[in-house]
Amino acid sequence: MSDKYIARSTQVASRKLGDEMVIMSAVDSTLFSLSEVATLIWQAADGKTPLSEIARRVSTEFEVAPDAAYRDAESFVDELASHGILRVSDQPILPSARGAWEAA
Amino acid sequence: MSLMQQLNQKALELGIPLSVHLDITYRCNERCEHCYLDHEDYGEMTTEEICHLFRELAAAGVFFLTLSGGEPLMRRDYFEIIEDARELGFNVKLKTNAVLIREPEARRLRALGVELVQISVYSHLPEVHDAITKLPGSLKRTLEGIRQLRAAGMKVTLANVLMPANFGDSAGVQTLAGELGAHYTLDPTITPMMDGDTSVLRLRLPPTQLDSFFHDGNLVGDVEAFCAPPPAVDEGAREGLPCSAGHTACYVTPYGDVYPCVQFPLPCGNVRKQSFMEIWQHSPRLAEVRSIRARDLSVCSSCAHLGSCTRCPGLAYMEGNMRGPSSADCEKSFVRTGVRPASMMARTAPATPRGLVQIQLAETALALPVSR
Repeated sequence: MSDKYIARSTQVASRKLGDEMVIMSAVDSTLFSLSEVATLIWQAADGKTPLSEIARRVSTEFEVAPDAAYRDAESFVDELASHGILRVSDQPILPSARGAWEAA
Repeated sequence: MSLMQQLNQKALELGIPLSVHLDITYRCNERCEHCYLDHEDYGEMTTEEICHLFRELAAAGVFFLTLSGGEPLMRRDYFEIIEDARELGFNVKLKTNAVLIREPEARRLRALGVELVQISVYSHLPEVHDAITKLPGSLKRTLEGIRQLRAAGMKVTLANVLMPANFGDSAGVQTLAGELGAHYTLDPTITPMMDGDTSVLRLRLPPTQLDSFFHDGNLVGDVEAFCAPPPAVDEGAREGLPCSAGHTACYVTPYGDVYPCVQFPLPCGNVRKQSFMEIWQHSPRLAEVRSIRARDLSVCSSCAHLGSCTRCPGLAYMEGNMRGPSSADCEKSFVRTGVRPASMMARTAPATPRGLVQIQLAETALALPVSR
């Protein structure tokens, strides 16, 4: 199975409020509220950590079966990617590439 | 309850200043006749001081950051400031006259992820707009800035402050906004100067124009609903908070002074002398502002409009009593509904009976700047 890499858009604002992460897209002003699990995935979306490694952290921290953690993470990533606030690639995503993606 | 309402409720419960308005300078390249600021520099915060403040604000949980002035682009370091704010994760909105914005500035603002740029446009007619800004050619330059921002993909809102001089131009500005692909906000709010000088209040709409404004369906939406008599005052209204000023929002001047709101110049501390959190959590004046419920208001608690009035505690404070009525809002409630507010029945209406309201056309809802 090929791994995935995920990177946060530079067009979003985010802040941890209590136990939840709040995100707003500058592109369409959509507001998101992330659960603790989703917050962990979001914070780990640095473009260089494989999704499998992020899912492993979720599995360990929240005591979820590894397969289920990966499926949930993949689903979450796909949803945020559909809103344009997360980029998904099968290669590590360099910061310079993020800018090019968002300018396109 | 919408996600935004949930977010505000959570911030209120946790004591988080969700929104901060920071004026990075009071200097300006325009001299708008209704402006509430003077435009001297009495020692603005340095780049380093502002960046330090940003770290304090981020740690305090501030999410929405409005950068304004004066004209913020008068500072040579404005991009450094915006870049730092974005790196710290703030949702940044910029208020500017766009006179200094050209293609490179527009593209950089877009690249930095600034969510929205709000720009004051007083009229679609250069002679009217320029007479208000007192800068010849300003409308032409502002429109060029807006076009560059739109071409770069930025969201833009045209803020149309209404005064007698441009009262008939709202439709023209609304059309202009449509042509530019911008949102449109109508704002008949004229506030006293920060130093308490009320001479600019002569520029508020007189009651006859305010009445026309409130009964124009193109501006307020459903006129019948908008101008309906106030609903019966219930216990929820009596226990309500006057507004978000000092609760989940505050204002910081270019000199580091912290106020509950840009329209509520009650000095609560200075970030050059104390940490922001120390001010936010321990200022006795902020504590006093937070202690006020609608039932505590000296005249308004017995007013029929208590549950629906847009009373601004800052304007009430500038009239001498933060627990008193705001005469502009009393007048607005009266003109809108025909129901006389308690302040008028008690014959205590202050001497500046003019209107105060902002309307976001997209929602046809009343709002006040920054903290409402």
